Amino acid sequence: MKIAVCVKEVPDAGASRRHDPAADHRLVRDGDPALNPFDAHAIEAALQHAEGADGVTVTAVCMGPASAQRSVQKALALGADDAVLISDDALAGSDVLGTARVLAAAIERGGYDLVLMGQQSADGECWVLPGVVAALLGWPVLTQAASLSIEDGSVRIDRQAEAGYEKVGASLPAIVSVSDAINEPRYPSLKAIMGAKRKPLEQLDLAALDLPAGSVGQDGARSIVRSVGDPPPQPGGTVIEDDGSAADRIVEFLRERNLV
Amino acid sequence: MGSLLVYVESSEGQFTTGSLGVAAKAAALAGELSTSVTAVVVGPGASERAATLGSHGVGRVLAVDGARGDEPSATEVADAVVAAVRAESPLLVMANASVLGAEVAGLVAGRLGLGIATDAVDASISDGSVIVTKPAFDDSVWVECGWAGEGETAGVALFRAGSFSADPVNGATAEVVGIEPEGSERHVEFLGRAESTDEGVDITQADVLVGAGRGLGGPDQFGVVESLAQALGGAVATTRAVVDAGWYDYSTQVGQTGKTVAPKLYIAAGISGAIQHKIGMQSSGTIVAINKDANAPIFEYADFGVVGDLFEVLPKLEQAIRESS
Ligand SMILES: Cc1cc2nc3c(=O)[nH]c(=O)nc-3n(C[C@H](O)[C@H](O)[C@H](O)COP(=O)(O)OP(=O)(O)OC[C@H]3O[C@@H](n4cnc5c(N)ncnc54)[C@H](O)[C@@H]3O)c2cc1C
Ligand SMILES: Nc1ncnc2c1ncn2[C@@H]1O[C@H](COP(=O)(O)O)[C@@H](O)[C@H]1O
Repeated sequence: MKIAVCVKEVPDAGASRRHDPAADHRLVRDGDPALNPFDAHAIEAALQHAEGADGVTVTAVCMGPASAQRSVQKALALGADDAVLISDDALAGSDVLGTARVLAAAIERGGYDLVLMGQQSADGECWVLPGVVAALLGWPVLTQAASLSIEDGSVRIDRQAEAGYEKVGASLPAIVSVSDAINEPRYPSLKAIMGAKRKPLEQLDLAALDLPAGSVGQDGARSIVRSVGDPPPQPGGTVIEDDGSAADRIVEFLRERNLV
Repeated sequence: MGSLLVYVESSEGQFTTGSLGVAAKAAALAGELSTSVTAVVVGPGASERAATLGSHGVGRVLAVDGARGDEPSATEVADAVVAAVRAESPLLVMANASVLGAEVAGLVAGRLGLGIATDAVDASISDGSVIVTKPAFDDSVWVECGWAGEGETAGVALFRAGSFSADPVNGATAEVVGIEPEGSERHVEFLGRAESTDEGVDITQADVLVGAGRGLGGPDQFGVVESLAQALGGAVATTRAVVDAGWYDYSTQVGQTGKTVAPKLYIAAGISGAIQHKIGMQSSGTIVAINKDANAPIFEYADFGVVGDLFEVLPKLEQAIRESS
């Protein structure tokens, strides 16, 4: 069985952020980009299945700039067997639909039985990519798995929906996104980090995926950012840095409001 | 001019408030554009209650009554919405970001090759087209999005749950017609619901809630929040991350897929403050937050925030409260 895990590189969440109106409102963040933390849970779920079954391979699939190789290496260090990185200048500016087209083409090319994704990307936070990719492939989609079981050519998940926990399932191949509470991702050992460098990492450009020009990247984008502005002013509470006196400051605040 | 097409979701035999809110918003936009709102409803009994959507501003309803299981699955709903788009050529497809709604929006955008704007909190008309507003980059900026479609239908808009009021606007009745869904070959199967595990305290009745998030670090660490809650005469509330991980009971969960609470005081500890959590507790009288990450969204709506380690702050807070009472 072949499992693909879609992984994205995202800006470091802890770093300061600004948006740059001069550069198409692109997000500028200081600090190093990293593997989308939500995707580490999808890798972990794939590895847990692979470790308990015979003949299961796990491939990390990423669309991103060449520099995203570092995040792909992280996926390999965590335990993926190999990786595919789709990089091409023509992919810059892709929207959800364009990204989904690229990932769907890479998935078709790889012939996977199951594709796992994170619940959201930390920067895009669209939550919808699994559905779009599934539609392009004609596969069923199951999102936000809090638990996952794979057996006999089918997959079943438990997930929280508006009316409580529900169970949904589908036959394979299928797309599944996992909640970030499904597991605790492992930390790669130093040995695994070194070993990752020797694992196969295939780099593909757009031509390798046979996608019509204009269907991806800036030209293919069907959702358009028209303007970027400041958020409406928040009612504005006080935020303090704890210097050891925070508890007293909270009590003082609660006393002012007659809450203690 | 094409209509605005809204997927109005059913759950356990009722239309969901989130999707009724989107219908009401669509009705307001349709008024400005001099067009109308068409709804798609799917699932057992959906066509019987569909006429009532008129009171939410819906003119016409395209209904699919059957479902393969007890509840319609995302693929079945997408089949209906895709058929509706082909039949109606609407200006825009709109849905509420429930778990099912997000899957449906993704499937529809993928099948029809439409652009999709997610996480929208508002919509307006600009130069005769609908545009949406969405917070981005952890809510640090607000972005206006539109679509560049080739056909008559511009795209798909998915709205954050709780963005709009779902109150009926009048007593009108909608016209209801059946529609033949476009058949997907491969389906998601709805296999049932887990037994409800409701037990213990009813958090909706508490005056004080100490909210515990994944920052607690594990199921054995809840002593700090439990004893603080006790000192304040309150109860412990949780996030989905905590409940999905099996650290605490589902009955304590606050948010979109949990309970809605409005205590006098909500102390959020180790909670990032995701929108899906916020919509369950934003009506609290006073919100205090303790989080290590100064960028955590919870600080945007806390009345008093502390950037710090909850394991440092909470025990001291408990002590100070016990001493002061
Ligand atoms: C359709 C849908 C419905 C959802 N419904 C709900 C819902 O009903 N309720 C809900 O809560 N969520 C819901 N979610 C999930 C939601 O998006 C978030 O994933 C979830 O709320 C995050 O929970 P958290 O804040 O506990 O965890 P995290 O987001 O992981 O945040 C943990 C926080 O703890 C902080 N922290 C860590 N250690 C410490 C420490 N020692 N001291 C202080 N701070 C620390 C971190 O800085 C971080 O900000 C839903 C999602 C979707 C898509
Ligand atoms: N550029 C990308 N390359 C690979 N996977 C991606 C990419 N963007 C998003 N994903 C996957 O889609 C999931 C949901 O992303 P999003 O819809 O942006 O919130 C992520 O957790 C990843 O698994």
